[in-house]
Amino acid sequence: MEGYWGAGVAQLAPTQVGGPMLLFAVLAAVAVASGVGVVAFNSPVRSALCLIANFLSLALLYFTLGAEMLGIIQVVVYTGAIMVLFLFVLMLLNLAAPGALRESRDLRRLGAGALAASLFVLVVVQAVLPLQEATEPQASDYYGTPMALGRALFTEYVWPFELASVLLLVGIVGSILLAKRRV
Amino acid sequence: MDFLQQLHPAWLALIRVLLFVVPLLLVVPGLIWWERRLLAWMQDRIGPNRVATITWPKDARWVPPFLRGRKTRLFGLLQPIADGVKLFLKEDITPAAIDRAVYFVAPAIALFPAFALGGTLPWAPPEGVYGLLTPIADVNIGVLYLMAVSSLGAYGIILSGYASNNKYSLLGGLRASAQLISYELAMGMSIAAVVLATGSLKMTDMIRAQTEPLWGVAPLFDNWNILTPMGLVAAVVFLICMVAETNRAPFDLPEAENELIAGYHTEYSSMKFASFFMGEYAAMFVFSGVFATLFLGGPNMLPVDWIAVGQLAPALEGFGRVMASVNYWASPLLFVGKCAFGITLFIWMRATLPRLRYDQLMALGWRSLLPLAVVNFLIVGLYLLCTDLYGAAGGWIAAGAAFALLAVFFAGLARAGRGRREALPKREIRLVDPAKPKEGAAL
Repeated sequence: MEGYWGAGVAQLAPTQVGGPMLLFAVLAAVAVASGVGVVAFNSPVRSALCLIANFLSLALLYFTLGAEMLGIIQVVVYTGAIMVLFLFVLMLLNLAAPGALRESRDLRRLGAGALAASLFVLVVVQAVLPLQEATEPQASDYYGTPMALGRALFTEYVWPFELASVLLLVGIVGSILLAKRRV
Repeated sequence: MDFLQQLHPAWLALIRVLLFVVPLLLVVPGLIWWERRLLAWMQDRIGPNRVATITWPKDARWVPPFLRGRKTRLFGLLQPIADGVKLFLKEDITPAAIDRAVYFVAPAIALFPAFALGGTLPWAPPEGVYGLLTPIADVNIGVLYLMAVSSLGAYGIILSGYASNNKYSLLGGLRASAQLISYELAMGMSIAAVVLATGSLKMTDMIRAQTEPLWGVAPLFDNWNILTPMGLVAAVVFLICMVAETNRAPFDLPEAENELIAGYHTEYSSMKFASFFMGEYAAMFVFSGVFATLFLGGPNMLPVDWIAVGQLAPALEGFGRVMASVNYWASPLLFVGKCAFGITLFIWMRATLPRLRYDQLMALGWRSLLPLAVVNFLIVGLYLLCTDLYGAAGGWIAAGAAFALLAVFFAGLARAGRGRREALPKREIRLVDPAKPKEGAAL
């Protein structure tokens, strides 16, 4: 199963249009459309729903890359927990009025557009151009399994991993402190 | 077997999906009947017993003589079918001020996770023919998939609560989201303990790990997780979280009928309501199956290694072999039996326990279950480490010591808590005796 999808990704040459390519195209289209929806909708709940769709399609993209662990963690953490909290807060604040998030037209829009364009260019230069040289990338047998991920986290990347966990812990403690002070 | 192996993988996958989904769909009406009858019995009522009563005609030739003019009662077994027909034919009312798209999608979203949950759930031992037929996908992330899908179950409820544009529905949705987030953590930690003990996230590996010698020392018996002390703690935590995740009493705050009308599905009628209903029952059944797989040895009959029993004495050899093959071939039935046991537990709890208050719900989840599950997880780690270093005896001594320490700690905590409770002024409650009205008036 894993090898099958992995091989499909390896054939991502621009001239071939096979099943995996179509699958990728559909998922990517859903991801992009829902990403646009996040910023285009006026209703906050609709935007949140688009974000959920976006996260789900990203998780499916990870699955097609053979990174099942990453995909499922994406669903558990982002779709299952964080977005539920988002919706909880949105419903609690009840920002249902359609015009609640309408922005005024001003010069900041131009600045935001320029920033977005430069970010896009950066991504293209950094990620897409090197990929054109790639030929048949082959994933190792255990790529994306929980074992491989755990081994990488606790050997090769143990310092970044521990630092990130300490950072998260500081965040939790800080948020509890802030919440306690207000009460 | 050969025929199945020669099939195209896609056809085999389709067969696997159908073998899971169709029985699940068929079992849901049975569950509803069982719940109503059992609940009625527990509450000293009769319950639905009229539908499916056959009155045989007195003079028809095709009726055997001993049946003519008699009634055959089938315990109201067809009541759920009658309910289903009623729900189909009821008027489907769509309120005016709803968020239309979300309102119509929500019941489908509520129904989906209940059926998708079984994607990695094996209903038979993963060997031989059954290995080809179950589970639907034996992926490396079996248990995590379960967590992911069960967390998606919250969306159906939250979105229906939001889209109905009704404050009771909204309150139901809010309660559901808070509840599901809280209990998912404890559930995840209790599953993590099992994963640590198994050393794998695969459901099939968990079944295999539960056929090893009990406690690492008794080869005659199987090491079902619920028979080990850590597994028992994890099983209790998981059972409570499972009830909370499926929004069943005593955790049915999202649809508390005496506070919120019907909670998140107040504005849904006819088949849309029925799909919420079906989703709830299917999720209960599948979660019972998950409980059986994680803690009750999966589809195996008893925690006994029949082959080892057969090797005990020459006279027992045939018996052991027969029992092993019965255990293998009857395993789907045994698994369904374990699921039915889980459902019975659900109903029993509903009949026994009153609904929790919101703060009690949060306190139970965050202050009791989550710490318990985390400590249990750590003890499993300690046990595994000591077993690695000093053998099985060392592991059990370490785990026992840790549990004793924990018991002392909790006893201390309970004593401190009691001291605080006693500091509160006592309220005196005197009952008024109707025979002596004077004394009651003096109060």
